[in-house]
Amino acid sequence: MSSDRMNQNQIPRISIRNVSKRFENKIVLEDVSLDIMPGTSTTVIGMSGTGKSVLIKCVLGLMKPDSGEICVDGENWLKLSEEEQLDRMKRVGMLFQGGALFDSLSVWENVSFALLERGEKRKAARERASEVLEWVGLPNIEDLMPAELSGGMSKRVGLARTICHKPDIVFLDEPTTGLDPIMSDVINRLIVRLHKGSGTTIMAITHDMKSAAMISDNIAMLCQGRMHRQITPDQLDSDQDPMLRQFVEGRAEGPINCSDWGRDIEEAVNR
Amino acid sequence: MKLLQRIGSVAELFLAQLGIYATTLGQFSKRMLSAPRYPRLILAQAEEVGVQSLPVVLLTALFTGMVLALQSYIVFHRFAAESMISVVVSLSMVRELGPVLVGLMVAGRVGASFAAELGTMRVSEQIDALWTLSTDPMRYLIMPRVIAAIAMMPLLVVISDFIGIYGGYAISVFMLDQNPAVYLEKTTQYMELKDFYSGLVKAGFFGMLIGIIGCSEGFNCKGGAEGVGRATTRAVVISCMSILVSDYFLTAWMFG
Repeated sequence: MSSDRMNQNQIPRISIRNVSKRFENKIVLEDVSLDIMPGTSTTVIGMSGTGKSVLIKCVLGLMKPDSGEICVDGENWLKLSEEEQLDRMKRVGMLFQGGALFDSLSVWENVSFALLERGEKRKAARERASEVLEWVGLPNIEDLMPAELSGGMSKRVGLARTICHKPDIVFLDEPTTGLDPIMSDVINRLIVRLHKGSGTTIMAITHDMKSAAMISDNIAMLCQGRMHRQITPDQLDSDQDPMLRQFVEGRAEGPINCSDWGRDIEEAVNR
Repeated sequence: MKLLQRIGSVAELFLAQLGIYATTLGQFSKRMLSAPRYPRLILAQAEEVGVQSLPVVLLTALFTGMVLALQSYIVFHRFAAESMISVVVSLSMVRELGPVLVGLMVAGRVGASFAAELGTMRVSEQIDALWTLSTDPMRYLIMPRVIAAIAMMPLLVVISDFIGIYGGYAISVFMLDQNPAVYLEKTTQYMELKDFYSGLVKAGFFGMLIGIIGCSEGFNCKGGAEGVGRATTRAVVISCMSILVSDYFLTAWMFG
């Protein structure tokens, strides 16, 4: 029994193997590999347009990579049918950069959307939504509409929606971007609480080094579509890799070419 | 050489767009094999497509019927055949003008709103969010809209037929001093059941075009606010053009 559990623990929760993706003739991801073990939190860092969001979208089935494998608990999600992929999403939660709350639904309906979709009674779903909203520090806003929320509140409601159905894998797309330092700290603490409290596996992408250091067990750096380096948060200040140093210190001068890479990719994705 | 390149790129764009609509139609049809899961959303969209479009449809039909009566009077008066005004008004409304004008009005109002709404959801990642919440965006967003458009268009056309015929009646009887009994008698005398249901078939088909084109444009929208604007414009223009082109083929098929 215990050896079974050990074997289970040795299979990465998320295994990204040699994933490549290009838009028209622009290479966005090239041979990217990354393993995320169960119960760990991994943050992918890198410049804008370096393929972080594309990587997360490939894992979630929102984009199809040109080659490679994406396995979750050993199951290749790229080989699943659309219905099977949708079914697997039940164990996933995703916090989008802008919150991506549904404008036509109230806060509580947004938060408990996944529960309502699974046929949960509205009363029970609302109670669960209230509970999670209180957890993110936003009690008594159940009946507000998303348009009435500030940026920080939208993000926290988005986080509440991400965890309301108790997913075992959570994806976070730049959870602190666009927030003031205090609100960023609030969000970071909530993520740490979620990770430590329930053992949820987390894959995050961010530019925010403070956030990366606070919420991660592992940090992976993507650079120009390639997996450049994987370190622990403790190594953020000590690792002497020139590219990592340039990115962490936020310098324009250095080995990372800051010219047109990101812009080209963004344009190709939009086309 | 440049002209050939230009023709080639326009043809490529046209075929790509056609491919997007065909894909949406295919996915819609595949999902229609099982019962729709969101009756509440279908009703909400039916209210949006049907009830909310009523004022604009009624006004268009009324004035079209009135203008038809006036124009035909000018011609028929020369041959002392004023009693035929009602035939022109009723047949034109029921066979052609009802479905086509309602189609164009709904394409302008509803097609644009489908494209803008879904486009905004696409660029703000709300459609991606639906997927990650284990909800099929096609079932949740597109099916209710297309079903509502297909179901409500024939109803709007029936109402517009009656209002258009009444518009012609009002002008003939109250302004041109025609006999009301003759007007009503001639209205029904020359009309066959086929005239009526051909209009309804067209209406349903135009509803499908409006739904599929508007939803496809919004669903596949890219490029932020500018992209939403482009998708909305394309949805209206392509829907209107498709209605006019397909009207010819449907007429040729049903009456040819």
